[in-house]
Amino acid sequence: MILEDFFLRALVAGIGVALISGPLGCFVVWRRMAYFGDTLAHSALLGVALGLLLGFNLTVGIIGTAIVIALTVTLFQHQKRIASDTLLGIMAHSSLAISLVVLGLLQGYRVDLLSYLFGDVLAVNYEDIYWIYGGGVVALSLLAYIWKDLLALTLHEELARAEGINVTLIQTLFMITVAIVIAIAMKVVGVLLITSLLIIPAAAARRFAKTPEQMAVIASLIGSLSIIIGLFGSLEWDTPSGPSIVVAEVILFLSSLIFGGLILSQTSKARGK
Amino acid sequence: MTSSIAKPASESDLNCGCGHDHLAPSPSGEPLIHAENLTIKFGGKTAIHDVSLTVHKNEIVTLIGPNGAGKSTLLRALLKAIKPTDGEIWRKHGLVIGYVPQKLNIDPIMPMTVERFLSIPDKRPLSEREAALKDVGAHHTLKQAVQSLSGGEFQRVLLARAILRKPDLLVLDEPVQGVDFQGQTELYKLISRLKEQSGFGILMVSHDLHIVMAETDRVVCINGHVCCSGAPTQVSDSPEYLALFGGQTKPGLAVYHHLHDHSHECNHDHSSTMSDEA
Repeated sequence: MILEDFFLRALVAGIGVALISGPLGCFVVWRRMAYFGDTLAHSALLGVALGLLLGFNLTVGIIGTAIVIALTVTLFQHQKRIASDTLLGIMAHSSLAISLVVLGLLQGYRVDLLSYLFGDVLAVNYEDIYWIYGGGVVALSLLAYIWKDLLALTLHEELARAEGINVTLIQTLFMITVAIVIAIAMKVVGVLLITSLLIIPAAAARRFAKTPEQMAVIASLIGSLSIIIGLFGSLEWDTPSGPSIVVAEVILFLSSLIFGGLILSQTSKARGK
Repeated sequence: MTSSIAKPASESDLNCGCGHDHLAPSPSGEPLIHAENLTIKFGGKTAIHDVSLTVHKNEIVTLIGPNGAGKSTLLRALLKAIKPTDGEIWRKHGLVIGYVPQKLNIDPIMPMTVERFLSIPDKRPLSEREAALKDVGAHHTLKQAVQSLSGGEFQRVLLARAILRKPDLLVLDEPVQGVDFQGQTELYKLISRLKEQSGFGILMVSHDLHIVMAETDRVVCINGHVCCSGAPTQVSDSPEYLALFGGQTKPGLAVYHHLHDHSHECNHDHSSTMSDEA
């Protein structure tokens, strides 16, 4: 089979996103931030709308909006009047609705809404790939830099603080990392499916890992594998690429329950002997 | 925060406001941390009022008090987790703290072996980690998942992690919680032995009325304010202590040694406090 250029670009872009969303997704899972990730992803569309309205680079618009929303949520989480999931829901859906209204008002733009909502990885160009790998390297470096401190404060925030970790700084850097990854992942699976790219490979990796670092690496591998399976599946059966990738992830996750279960029960038997 | 207040005198004895001396044993080491006239309020409610406390090198200070007496609040202020409403906290320059929190639940979604956990936050050589585990008597847990440990084993692992930091001050919040009676005594002995080995200061919190360890140098009894303080024997005899705990102490379980009798009169009231332990 001879692969077309567009398909190779899609593979390269998808794997680039999977490599960074693996380790980042682990923290989203460990810190129970799935809904938070969803909210940021929804707000990414607001970044697109603002970018079109004000005429700046869309990726920059998305990163900027996501960071602003992330910091706003963090700020509001300290108040006790509204529960944090309610707050996140309000933020997620208001930013989604506002951005759809703004996009509707923008006469003269032919916005392909579906590609923003569900991704259009088969249409990525070289500029997108530069953004994905450039952003990916920045995000991965940031995450590597804060890794040990973030891990400590994920385990016990007060302990981290007591032992001299600058909790606010680390949390802010983490938010920025999430914002960058959402902006680049949007090109592959779209705003409605980004969270799946973060949490499903991480959840699937859990059963095969003994340490946080192993889980991060395995999540990257499972994510990359889902990209490959999903894209070939989408080519074979002519299905939409973003959802096909997510379906591949789900299949891998379910297999991890079965095979991971087998491996675990064998090791525990071995230990029992 | 380093504050501007003067370094406390090393034999600073605590004054409970009773107007007489409680004759705490004078500590030999240099002061590590000192709180002066701390007051902490949460939304108008006073959690602790005018509390002063010093921990020196090579001494064990135990905070006791009923639930909601402000022990955890005081501890969190000393650890800089909350800002005091009033008062100052002085720390020795470059003070390294090892902390064993009251509760540390590691979610099963995070894979974590004991071996890896001991390198949090900073990487430690495997030989050091193994030595620390041996020290606390939990060497067999090295390769195990932390979620699979018993309460007592996990407390030992937490202690090992804290001492790996080579702390000047070890802060233990209810270190024997969830451990059976036999295990509690062993843990207290272990803590005392670690102190003898390394010479760090220990600040410990307990609501435990029966086993405030015999090895404690000073007991500080808190109920919103410092009720009384001194050597365990002195505190257990004081009317303030008996007023707080008297009815609950089961004879035969206490490890206090009531070697002598003395009494003192305090002319302040003990009912003015409230609680907001988070």
